[in-house]
This record gives sequence, structure tokens and C-alpha cells, in this order.
Amino acid sequence: MAVTRQDVLHIAELARLGVDNARADELTKELSAILAHMEVLSQIDTAGVPTTAGVGAEGTPLRPDVGERPVMERTLESFAPAMRDGFFIVPRLATHEDPAESGA
Amino acid sequence: MSRERYEMVVGLEVHVQLKTRTKAFCGCSTDFGAPPNVNTCPVCLALPGALPVLNERAVELATRAALGLGCRVNPVSVFARKNYFYPDLPKGYQISQFDQPLATGGSVVIGKNEKGGDVQIGITRLHMEEDAGKSIHDRYPGATAIDLNRAGVPLIEIVSEPDIRTSAGAGAYLRTLKQILQYLDVSDVSMEEGSLRVDANISVRPPGQATLGTKTEVKNMNSFSAVERALEAEFERQCALLDSGGKVEQQTLLWDGARETVRPSRTKEGSHDYRYFPEPDLRPLMVDEKWISDARKNLPELPEARKQRLAQEFGISHVEVEQLTATPALSDYFEAVARASGDGKSAYNWVMGEVLAALRPSGGDIAHFRVRPADLAELLNLVRDGTISHTAGKRVFGQMVETGKQAAQVAADEGLLQVGDEGAIATWVDEVLSEHPEEATRYLAGEKKLQGVLVGFVMKKSKGRADPKRVNQLLSTRGG
Amino acid sequence: MIVENFKNLGASAIASSVRAGDASPSDMIRASFQRAREIGAGPDGLNIFLHSDESASMEEADEMKKRLESSPDVGVLAGVPVAIKDNIASLGLPTTCASRILAGYVSPFEATAITRLRANGALIVAKTNMDEFAMGSSTENSAYGPTRNPHDVRCVPGGSSGGSAAAVAAGITPIALGSETGGSVRQPAAFCGVVGVKPTYGRVSRYGLVAFASSLDQIGVLGRTVEDAALGLETIAGFDKLDSTSSDAKVPIYRLSALGGPAPETRSPDTEAIRLGRSPVPLAPSPGATTLRGVIIGKPKEYFPDSLDASTKDLCERAFDRFRSLGATIRNISLPRSPLAIPVYYILAPAEASSNLARFDGVRYGLRVDPGKGLKAMYEATRSQGFGPEVTRRVLLGTYVLSAGYYDAYYKKAQAVRTLITDDFRSVFASGVHAIFTPTTPTPAFQVGAISDPYEMYLNDIFTVTANLAGVPAMSVPIGRVRRLPVGGQIITAHFDEFTMFRVAYALEAALGAEAHQ
Ligand SMILES: [Mg+2]
Ligand SMILES: [Zn+2]
Repeated sequence: MAVTRQDVLHIAELARLGVDNARADELTKELSAILAHMEVLSQIDTAGVPTTAGVGAEGTPLRPDVGERPVMERTLESFAPAMRDGFFIVPRLATHEDPAESGA
Repeated sequence: MSRERYEMVVGLEVHVQLKTRTKAFCGCSTDFGAPPNVNTCPVCLALPGALPVLNERAVELATRAALGLGCRVNPVSVFARKNYFYPDLPKGYQISQFDQPLATGGSVVIGKNEKGGDVQIGITRLHMEEDAGKSIHDRYPGATAIDLNRAGVPLIEIVSEPDIRTSAGAGAYLRTLKQILQYLDVSDVSMEEGSLRVDANISVRPPGQATLGTKTEVKNMNSFSAVERALEAEFERQCALLDSGGKVEQQTLLWDGARETVRPSRTKEGSHDYRYFPEPDLRPLMVDEKWISDARKNLPELPEARKQRLAQEFGISHVEVEQLTATPALSDYFEAVARASGDGKSAYNWVMGEVLAALRPSGGDIAHFRVRPADLAELLNLVRDGTISHTAGKRVFGQMVETGKQAAQVAADEGLLQVGDEGAIATWVDEVLSEHPEEATRYLAGEKKLQGVLVGFVMKKSKGRADPKRVNQLLSTRGG
Repeated sequence: MIVENFKNLGASAIASSVRAGDASPSDMIRASFQRAREIGAGPDGLNIFLHSDESASMEEADEMKKRLESSPDVGVLAGVPVAIKDNIASLGLPTTCASRILAGYVSPFEATAITRLRANGALIVAKTNMDEFAMGSSTENSAYGPTRNPHDVRCVPGGSSGGSAAAVAAGITPIALGSETGGSVRQPAAFCGVVGVKPTYGRVSRYGLVAFASSLDQIGVLGRTVEDAALGLETIAGFDKLDSTSSDAKVPIYRLSALGGPAPETRSPDTEAIRLGRSPVPLAPSPGATTLRGVIIGKPKEYFPDSLDASTKDLCERAFDRFRSLGATIRNISLPRSPLAIPVYYILAPAEASSNLARFDGVRYGLRVDPGKGLKAMYEATRSQGFGPEVTRRVLLGTYVLSAGYYDAYYKKAQAVRTLITDDFRSVFASGVHAIFTPTTPTPAFQVGAISDPYEMYLNDIFTVTANLAGVPAMSVPIGRVRRLPVGGQIITAHFDEFTMFRVAYALEAALGAEAHQ
């Protein structure tokens, strides 16, 4: 599967990476070249092969429902680009995106 | 009217916040209403290098909910990342479950159909995930304010089958679901506080057609009635569209409560490509069969079972039992009173009458009502064995609510203990007859219908203490 | 006083002289920074450090001195200067992953590995240069300029842990922490002529390691000697309740110096090695303990292709001869699916990276570029200006292989093949092979700027990436030089059997002696 310019623009949008047209063309070539090396996998028979889920057979460890938190040695203000009244401040959504999307 | 030509097909996705002390993947408090970003840590702020560790209690509550909704709990489930950018989603992905959810295949009975059979709504799946933070768009001009206190609070998402056929059915499903989750005590299930949120998938089709129409997703409803109204509006919109030869396009719509309409959300479809993949920071969630069966054994009594039991144990009607089991707290209170007084009927009358009336002004919670069930039962006993009259009983109750005193105490203090002794009653009767000469003469002249009036005067004079039976007997003898 | 010959002192030597009071922690700090100056570790020289603060380190050293006075037993690393790769969260010094997007970012919490180093008396002197977000094999992808190889400044030190490898090779610190996703500790160790260890996945907590590809990432140790590497790993290894993927398998003692013989505590009873029906090779009782009698070392043909650099091949053969003379048996084996590792890796690692790097969005920390055209424009400006070209390339690659329509063909397929690659290792170890020996890299260090094609650069990981995919432990030890440039040999063992890996490494190191650096 060769990557098209449209693909690059679409995934750049998904990844919130602004790429100008010139860069988009380069990336189309680069990604196609890299993915060409991946084609070898399509010849491997993986029927019935389970996918790797980490080392060891144990389930994920569970923590008790108690409020112990790693201490924060610095305040949010010490690293936040913009804060006001304790809120992180970001530019208003230009086109008002689906607010429900923020509702998980 | 569209009703005849089209059938509504609805499936609901319900997100419910679980009642845990701490968040799903970190030790931060889940308390509601703390100052912005106070309940945060490296994990829920998605600081570089922080890692999630799953909250055991969240797994317990999610499992309990799944069992209570009749789902099969999968011994192995897998967390997955749902990738999208939004400022209140700190990691740029939500930890959720995708192709291997915690539980599958349950159902909820929302009522009876005309033939008297159960109306059942299937539950496709129930999975665990984490909540996002809050974006506040209207606080600062040109800016959005982000509060991550809610980010990482544990949720379950309950996805129903497209079994719902009317907006009323949707409401019934939601009310039943909410009631069950309350009885299971896994969540506050308050839509106002956002601990329960509903998205709807709706399509229409000619009755009898097997295949489903193109569905739209409706979001942003803030109450059950809003869900019903939004479904009606979207149903009419889709019907009108089809009638005018148009086609329904798959899209996300937002309910606009003020305008009572749905409007398209401006996120382009296709810009939704969540790129789910297994969460590599967590191993698969494994719950062994023993643990599941223990959880099943320890399930609290569910609303249906409770109704059955109360109805036959205390001999009250199904209508009454429906009212009594509206919330677990109410039915607990009733059951305690009924058991202690041994009289289900008057327990029902007092709880649904005096008790709810007393709670109404304060909007108070019956679980913390000043008059404890045992105290009310004592009052009921005093009334039943005639120690005080029913009228007096209501006054005593009023005092108990105000002062928190015991029934017998109040009755004594207020001198409301019922008087049956002939002498006292005779005196009251004589006084009444002399104070109301006209009624007296007419009554003694044989105008029997005046007896009720005179009894009333006597009761009044005795401040309700006189035993009405005796008063009647006495009057009759005089009149006779 | 200036500590004589500091650049050749091992960590244990430093710790014991500090504990004995022959030298103070501040002497060690002074010596370390002195060495950094004389070798020219600065930005205009080897460009090894991204962040360091001599006066702050001196203060830490003075506190250490007080700790020593109260209790002389402050730990096995008392007063030992340690350098840390800049993608491991530290208190005090910044943590930038050599990226513009984290310029100036100081973490409010510390990685478990660093906490454990400090608890054992170590002093953190610097955060080292690296490929941005550990994406690279040459440390040329740093937003702050490439690091140079101390053995030849025209050459790269390897990567992505190039700064840590160079710091150790240059004698600035005896031990440094690096991180691995596809060979980022072993490859620079080979290029810089030092020892580099990638533990079993889950052996060391990842808490505080800025994630690149979570299912592959492990913190690793670089040291001038096997002993120092063993000491470093012992210190940081073990279960951590803050990392759900960390293992509770018992951590054995790896240091020869600390071992009398096959004592019970030198086994990890619940290890993969035992699940495979084999217990770790017991250590020979003699104190020297360099014998490999009874040890079977596998030679996988896929790791010795005809294309392999001839002199690298020769040095590996010399190593095999030494193994034989130490009593080991060399067995020809095959890991047939290993040639698929690079394609698998360059699907899985970018896929996870595309998700792991989504958090760098200019909202809560780090760089924000706001053109004033709304939120989306802020995201795009911040990320496109904050990330360098290789990071951008991999994030896009990962986004692509996860996106609708391609997931099954790429990501899912790669995960299945990953299982096959792991199975190859399991069956080899189950067949009785104790350790596998291969070259660490196809060639010695190349010159700065020599490789421009991304995929050609990726091929540097061809022999190392399999251990990351399989999750098995692996290490690189110096086995000689080609034209002044060091060459590394790789030792791979079964899951959680670092014990056997170290034992083989000790033996080879002793047998090669000075030849290891000739
Ligand atoms: Mg959801
Ligand atoms: Zn938190």
C-alpha cells in the first residue's frame, strides 16, 4: 500500500501536526518508502497466532482505593503555559467542537 | 402523522460515574466541587513519565453493576486507548475498553406489554473507562478554562441493544436502569451532577421492516425528559426527511433544550478515527471465577425482588409497593417501620403521607430523617392500641419531627393520652350540651343527625383525648 | 583534593573509598566535573550534557557527607557520580528528552530508578544528550546538537542513549542510566566501548521514564565494567507499585564481588528461566569464577549474515574461541523470524509513540506556540514546531498504521509476528541453550552525517531490536576494536535470567582482558 498525499494530510490532521504542502510531498515519499519494507510481513502466516500482551501471564495489578498520591514537588503554575484562577487556559475552540466529545 | 408510517429504533449509551474514593488510575480524590485542578497528580495530569495503576474498588463496582444487569462478566478483559485531542483529555487518549469489554449480554425489564409479557431491553456490553476533565467555554472571553479534577474518575459505559421503540420507552429504560444502579449502590446516578450521562442512537424504519435505517447520534441531553424530547424531535426530523424523499445522513447531533431542537455538531465525521489499540501501560484485567461468584452472592436485593417481597410480606398492593420502592432509602425506611410496628398498611399510610410531607419542605433525605423508623413504629403502636387517637397521633408526629422526642414522651407532655373513663367524658358531654342549647334541644328532640356535630364539639373540648366510641354511646343514651 | 585517576575508578571503588572516608563525596563531584572539562564534554565539544549544575551537585555532596557521618552505611553507591539520560524524570535538573517541546521543563516528581539510585548514595551530576524522545540510533536527532564519540569526534556515539554512553566512555561517571526501546543502550555501548545492559521487560520500573513505546521501553545501565553495570542494575531493579508492567520476580545479586557461590539468594525462583524448566546456571564456587563449564552458548546464523562487517565477524569469532577455552559449548542455532524484527518494530514502536506523544499539546506544560487562530491552530503550531523531523515522521507513521483500514494489515499483523519472534527465543532457551551470543551492531560507529536515509538508520538496530520485542534481557560488552573504534558483542538470555547473562559477561571480560579494548 503506497501512502498518498491525502493520507498524509489526513493523518497529519489526526495527529495535530501542521504540515505544509512541500513537507507533505516529502513525507508521502518517505512514508511510502518505509512502509514498502513492511510489506514482507503480509507473506507471514499468522493464522491463530495470539498477539503479544506483555511479558508474564499475570493480570494487571490492582491498587487499593485509598488516597495516596505521589508528591508534587512543584506547583502547576511552575510549568503551565497559561493559568488563571487555578484553571489551565487554552484558546477558545475556533469552530465550536462537539462539547459532548469531552464527556468521554 | 409519522407514527403510523415509521417506527422509532433507539439504542442508548449511558455513562455512569462509579462511587470510588479515588480515581480509576491514580490516588487523587473524586470529590465533587473542589477548587479547579486541586485533585490532580502526575498521572491524571499526564505528566511525562507518569503511569496508570487500576483502582480495585472500581473493578468491584463495575463487576457488581454488570452482574446486577444480568451481564456475563468476562474473566479476561483488555483496556484500550481511544485516541483523540481535546484540552480536557490530558493524555490525548482515553483509557477505555474496546474489543474485549468487562461484561457483555445483559438485559433490563422496563414494564409489561399489552399481552402482559415483559418488555425487555437488551444490554450489549458494559465496559470500564475513565472520565475526562471539564472545559468551561463561557468563563473567559476568547478562552476555554480547563479543570482536570474530574479527569480519571472511573466510569462504566452501558450500551443497550437498539430495542427501544418509543421515547417513553427510552425514559422507562433510563429510570429502571437508574433504580437498579441505586439499589446496587455503585453510583450516585445523578444527571444533574453529571454522574449519569446519556447519548442516544436513533433511526427510523417502516413498521415490519427488518433492516435498520441510517442512525444518527444525539448528545447533550441533561435530563431524562430532555432525552425523551430530543428523541421525539429527531424522530420527526428523520421522518420528515424521508417523506420529502431525502436521506438520513449518519452524523452527531446536539440537543438544544432552549430551542427544543437538535442541531448538527460541527465536528466533521471521519475526523473521528479513534485508532483504538491495547493499552500497553496496563496488563489485561483478570477476574477469577471465584471472585465473580462471590460478587454475585453478595449482590444487594434488586428492585423487582424487593417489590415481590414487600408486597407479600406486608400485604400491600402493587401500586403501593411501586411507590414505596422508588428509592432504596424509602423502601428501607418503610420496611423498618412495617417490621417494627407489625402493621404494613398503616406503615404505608404514614410513610407515604406524614413522613414524605414532613420531608418535602426541606427536600431532606429520608435516610437521615430525624424520626427514625423505630420511633415512628412506636407512635403507630400507641395509635393502634388506642393510647392516643389518630388525630392526636398526627400532632405527636409533628412534635417528634420538631423536637426529636419519643412518641410516648410527647403524648404525655401534651396530655394527649386518650381518656376512656365515663366520668370525664360525661362531664365533657354535659358541658357541650349546655354550651350549645339549640343543638342540644333539637338533638334531644330526636334530630339524630346532629349527633356527629356534638361528638365533634366533645372531641374539640377534650383536645382529641376523648374516645369517640364512648362519646357516641353516651350521647345516644342521653338522646335515647 | 582531586581524586587521582578518577576516570578509571569503578563505582564500587569510589563507594568504598567514600564510605571509608578516604575521599569525600564532594571530591568525587569535583573530579567528575573536572574530567568533563578536560575532555571537553561541553556543547562546543563532545556535547554530552544537556543539563548539569556543579554547585547544586556540590551541595548534594555535602548533604551526603552529613548522611555519611550519621550513618556510614549510606549504600553501595555512596558518593558515586551518575549521569542520567534526559528522558528520565528527575527533580532538580530539567527533563527535556532533547526536544524543543519540553525546553526548560522540570519534573515535579522523580523516576523510581533515580529514587533508588539516590537511596543507595548515588549523586546525580547531569542529564545527558540523546536522540529526541529516544528516536534515533546516533544522537544526531537531538534538538541541541549531536553528541560526539569520545574515541573519534568525527563519529557518532550511537543512540539514542549516546550522551550516557559517551559520559561513561569519557570517564566522567562510572555509571549512567540510559533507556532502550530497540537497542538504545546496547548500540551506543558498543560504539563507545562500554558495557550496556537492557534488562528483561518489567525488571526495572518505567515510572518516570518518558514513554516512547511502552511495551518495549526499559531503563538500562551503562558502565565501564560488567561489575559496575551489575551494581547499577541491582540498585534500580525490582517491583514498583507505580508501574503496572513491572515484575515482582525476585532480584538476584548479580555482582561477582558480592557472591561466594551458588547461594540461594542468587536465584530468582519465580523467573521465566525456571518456567522454562531450567534454573539459572549456578556460579562456580571459586572466587575468580570465570569458568563456563557446562554452559551452552547459542550462535544464531541470522545474526552472522555474509553482509556482516568482516572485522566485526572476526572479533566475534575470537569471543567464541574464548568461550570454548573457558569450557563452554558453542551450539549453532536459528532464530528464523529475527529478520522480520525491523519491520515489526517500526510498526509497533511508532504506533505506540503516536499515542504516547499526544500529551505534548501545549495545554498543561512545555512549549506552546499560539498563532491566535484558535485551539486547533495552537495544537498544530506547538507540535510541528516542538517536534523534530524524525519524531514527526514516526508519529505520522504510527498514526497511519493505527488508522481505520490499516490497523489489521500493519499493527495487528506486527503484533502476531512479534509473538513468533518471541517463540523463537523461548524454544531456543527451552532446548537447553543458556545464552545467545551475537554482534551488537553490523558495523562500528559511523561518521556524523553519514546516514541520511531513515530506513538505513533503522537497520542499526537489526541485531538488538529482537530482545526488545521478545522482552528478554540482553547486554553489550566490548570485544575489541576496529581502527580505534570499539566493537561490541551481545549476550542474550531467557526472561529474568540476567544472572546467567552477567555470568557469561564476567567470564568474557576476564578472558579478553586488555584485548577487549584493542
Ligand atoms: Mg465511552
Ligand atoms: Zn491523579
